[in-house]
Amino acid sequence: MKLRTALMASALTSVAAMASAEGEVTVMSWGGAYTKSQVEAYHKPFTEKTGVKVNSVDADNPATPIKAQVEAGNVSIDVADVEFSDAVRLCDEGLLEEIDLSILPAAPDGTSAEDDFIEGALQDCAVANIVWSTVVAYNTEAAKNAPGSIADFFNTEEFPGKRGLRKSAKATLEMALMGDGVPASEVYDVLDTDEGVDRAFAVLDGIKDDIVWWEAGAQPPQLLADGEVVMSTAYNGRIFNAAVGEGQPLDIVWDGQILDFDLFVVPKGAPNKDAALDFIAFSTDTQRLADQASWISYGPARKSSGALVGLYSDGKTEMAPHMPTAEANLSNALVNNFEFWVDKDAELNERFNAWLAN
Amino acid sequence: MADTPQSGPAPDVPTRLTTADGKPLKAALAKAQAAARRRAFLLVLPLLAFILITFVVPIGQMLHRSVHNEGFAVHQDIGSGVRTPIMTNLRDWFAANPQGTEPDEVAYEALVKDLVVLRDLKAPGQAGTRINYERSGSRSMFTKAARRAKKIEPPYKEAMLELDEDWADPELWQVMRGAVSPYTSNFYLAAVDRERDAAGDIQRVNENRRVYVTLFVRTLVLSILITAMTFILGYPIAHLLATLPLRYSNLLMILVLLPFWTSLLVRTTSWMVLLQSQGVVNDLLVSIGLLSDDNRLQMMYNRWGTIIAMTHILLPFMVLPLYSVMRPINPSYVRAARSLGATSWTAFRRVYFPQTVPGIGAGALLVFILAVGYYITPALVGGADGQLISNLIAFHMQKSLNWSLAAALAALLLAGILALYWIYDRLIGIDNLKLG
Amino acid sequence: MALPKHASTLERVWHYSYLVICALIFLFLMAPILVVIPLSFNAEPYFTFTEKMLRLDPEGYSTRWYDLLLTFGMQAPDAPRDGSWWADAWANAHWINAAKNSVIVGFFSTILATSLGTMAALGLARSEMPARRTIMAILISPMIVPIIITATGLFFFYSSIGIQDWGIPYLGVILAHATLGIPFVIITVTATLVGFDHSLSRAAASMGADPMTTFFRVQMPLIMPGVISGALFAFVTSFDEVVVVLFVGGLDEQTIPRQMWNGIREQISPAILSVATILVVISIALLTTVELLRRRSERLRGLSPG
Repeated sequence: MKLRTALMASALTSVAAMASAEGEVTVMSWGGAYTKSQVEAYHKPFTEKTGVKVNSVDADNPATPIKAQVEAGNVSIDVADVEFSDAVRLCDEGLLEEIDLSILPAAPDGTSAEDDFIEGALQDCAVANIVWSTVVAYNTEAAKNAPGSIADFFNTEEFPGKRGLRKSAKATLEMALMGDGVPASEVYDVLDTDEGVDRAFAVLDGIKDDIVWWEAGAQPPQLLADGEVVMSTAYNGRIFNAAVGEGQPLDIVWDGQILDFDLFVVPKGAPNKDAALDFIAFSTDTQRLADQASWISYGPARKSSGALVGLYSDGKTEMAPHMPTAEANLSNALVNNFEFWVDKDAELNERFNAWLAN
Repeated sequence: MADTPQSGPAPDVPTRLTTADGKPLKAALAKAQAAARRRAFLLVLPLLAFILITFVVPIGQMLHRSVHNEGFAVHQDIGSGVRTPIMTNLRDWFAANPQGTEPDEVAYEALVKDLVVLRDLKAPGQAGTRINYERSGSRSMFTKAARRAKKIEPPYKEAMLELDEDWADPELWQVMRGAVSPYTSNFYLAAVDRERDAAGDIQRVNENRRVYVTLFVRTLVLSILITAMTFILGYPIAHLLATLPLRYSNLLMILVLLPFWTSLLVRTTSWMVLLQSQGVVNDLLVSIGLLSDDNRLQMMYNRWGTIIAMTHILLPFMVLPLYSVMRPINPSYVRAARSLGATSWTAFRRVYFPQTVPGIGAGALLVFILAVGYYITPALVGGADGQLISNLIAFHMQKSLNWSLAAALAALLLAGILALYWIYDRLIGIDNLKLG
Repeated sequence: MALPKHASTLERVWHYSYLVICALIFLFLMAPILVVIPLSFNAEPYFTFTEKMLRLDPEGYSTRWYDLLLTFGMQAPDAPRDGSWWADAWANAHWINAAKNSVIVGFFSTILATSLGTMAALGLARSEMPARRTIMAILISPMIVPIIITATGLFFFYSSIGIQDWGIPYLGVILAHATLGIPFVIITVTATLVGFDHSLSRAAASMGADPMTTFFRVQMPLIMPGVISGALFAFVTSFDEVVVVLFVGGLDEQTIPRQMWNGIREQISPAILSVATILVVISIALLTTVELLRRRSERLRGLSPG
């Protein structure tokens, strides 16, 4: 009987906890080191200032639960952190609340938010917080020769060993083309043709037997550190944190990096919409965006934040050269074309699945 | 009742047995039996209702999506739940003009009018997504055209083609013709790698997009393989367990039952620990010099990972039915065969083995049914080529969000499993299933 | 199984190789479960036996991964371990919360599955039961239908009826897990009823016992072992289930398997192995219970030879 009473009691306390949850907002992000940077830079100060509790939840890709939740009328998240093409697509489908951009504070020097954010960072339903990139990373101890370019990733003759790749067509196909010598400026023109897609898959065919696929952003640093793969595509911030933060023998090849935004969106019917908008306005001000960059090497989406970015949270590492937007890292960089992926996502993923299965 | 108890048997009146209060025995019995039937049924009723509501109805509802998708027919506002029919003008045009009619100015006018409605409802993305399921690249045509719909002026055909010449694509019109009705069989076609061409005839999709048939076949092949493996591994130990004295066999039985009782995720994790390239098995092989450090075997994140882990997980489902059939087999039959001059092999093949066939059937069907629907293990250890059809259903549920296609794939899988289940029930009887 | 004296050499060779093969198969069954136990005490964050471990050097072993289970998610994991540290762990540690959720969900779904399932099994065991075969097939079907199909169906169904707004936490998951556990209860309870001698109830009735008394004094004690092992199966099913929780469970409804699933996909540190070890110990305990129950049931029914 005692056990039973205890169970009932704990079930009841959780009911009580749910009922009292008025001042709260649930934020869905990508997990691991990235979520941690947001908790430190946004969530904690937000709770301190407003008293509103921030619940943090993780997903492999926060864009995917949104449609299911909104269409099923069962929305439990207030803010989601999604990629550019997903933000546009979800907004088009009417699954997101529109965000009134006037809630965003101006920069300290008085520049309006609209002028302060990087071009494209403000959308009808979305506000960007960071610029991040997909890069090639490698284990400096396991790799016999250090790779120097994106082409080396697809060259298993000279650079033997397993490769890690994200299990999705996006970024994988672009990288394959760049690895085959297509300059960044022409990638999307080539990929828009059937021959270009064939060419990308042909490049992937060359390493297909050596690929270990990953889905969650926390996996590639783990695969690299465990020696399961020698090289892997990865989100640059995760590699930075594993290398600088945890001292793992990992390094980044910036050649052929693919830049993208991450944006905050509010799903339609979010239970705490007002708190969600407050959270977004608070988190994307100049200081918070700069703060976040001291926890992970992603570039702030506001121009005015750049000057405030200083040292990593260890107090000694200069962040600037680790940013995907650093001048030295941009020599052969591709900017993700969201319009291309909004349109072609279904088709290319279908083909990608067929290629995987055969 | 007219019948009264009769004092004695009369040859011309047939004897009627009655109860003490004078009712005919047959009727009383029938009544009692009806009451017993009712009582039995009432005991089952709560659970039956529970299962129907929490299981059968939800699955039926989900499968309904495989033939029903109103993305191009009705718009439902997310906040208010108000439902507005969309594409009504186009539907009327399709109704008035038979299949194969070249879309004329009237058709384009209907299209533009509908695009204006879509724009006002903020639904072009929804409608475009529905068409995009069957014709890739259509999505942005709808969103772009809807954005400008109000400014489009006659002649509509020319104006639309100026926006995007793909609007004249007969295949697009064919897809729209199908999609204005919420009921469609096209998701089932897609689930078997088929589509309709511009004339409405069924054809196979382009080779580089064929995937579902391959995966159904692979699921079938891997399940057969796994069933065979569990049989090969399960038969000897079931035989050993059945022939040992009980006090030993009960002890050994624990070795079969413990995996059965251990969490599926634990067992899958264990295999990852054992088989990954820096894992225990590879380390062992390297340390005893069978492998060089550079040539570690890749046993995880591919088909082998799926086969090994699933064989392990499903093995108890083979051993237990085999054991329950083998235990009662009388050993004197084999001894009799030997004494009549049969070699031990002949005695096994002609006398023992045939008696175990029911157990093999039960175990094999059970393992096969469970294997066909597996999801967790292939998702974790299967890599790319160890994925089964369940994983693709999950992909369309969670990632591509094409729920109708997921439902169609699920319906096909379910049909196959229910057919096997029916066979199992006919041959073995589901109530003969025993669990340790 | 002993080899007869007149066995030929070939038969002897075959007999011993057969025993070796069986031993290897048993190893295949057990090795994966046992290998995680020592590795969960690894002092290093790897999945291999380090040299120190092989030399049985105590330095190669540590309980740090078990410790991590407590501290992961705590607000102040480094504080001194006094009462408030434990209170912090109890309230905030992710794995402890997952364990609490798993127990709550498992408990209520087991109660539901066992009570409904036992009642139905009693009905199904009666020879008068109409449409017995069909109904049985429907009731067992949750075990046969692929879990991914069940989970997606339930997701839409629960969303459409708005179950999350009813204010009862875990309700969706509890109902779903009860559904999945029911076939096991039906199977085990019907199995005990197969050997049930109905003349016992008739004897009780002829001596004036009403149906309730007959049930509680005669039938119930005899089928109890089947009911309990059915309940254990239902509990284990719920305790081990991840797919339905992933689809139906709310964001704060993290159970142990769901937490493990996240862990396996993100970073499989030996912390996962220490959870695995704890679960193996639990399953050994459950298995022992079931085995004892089975023996008791056979003894009661006079079936067992010893």
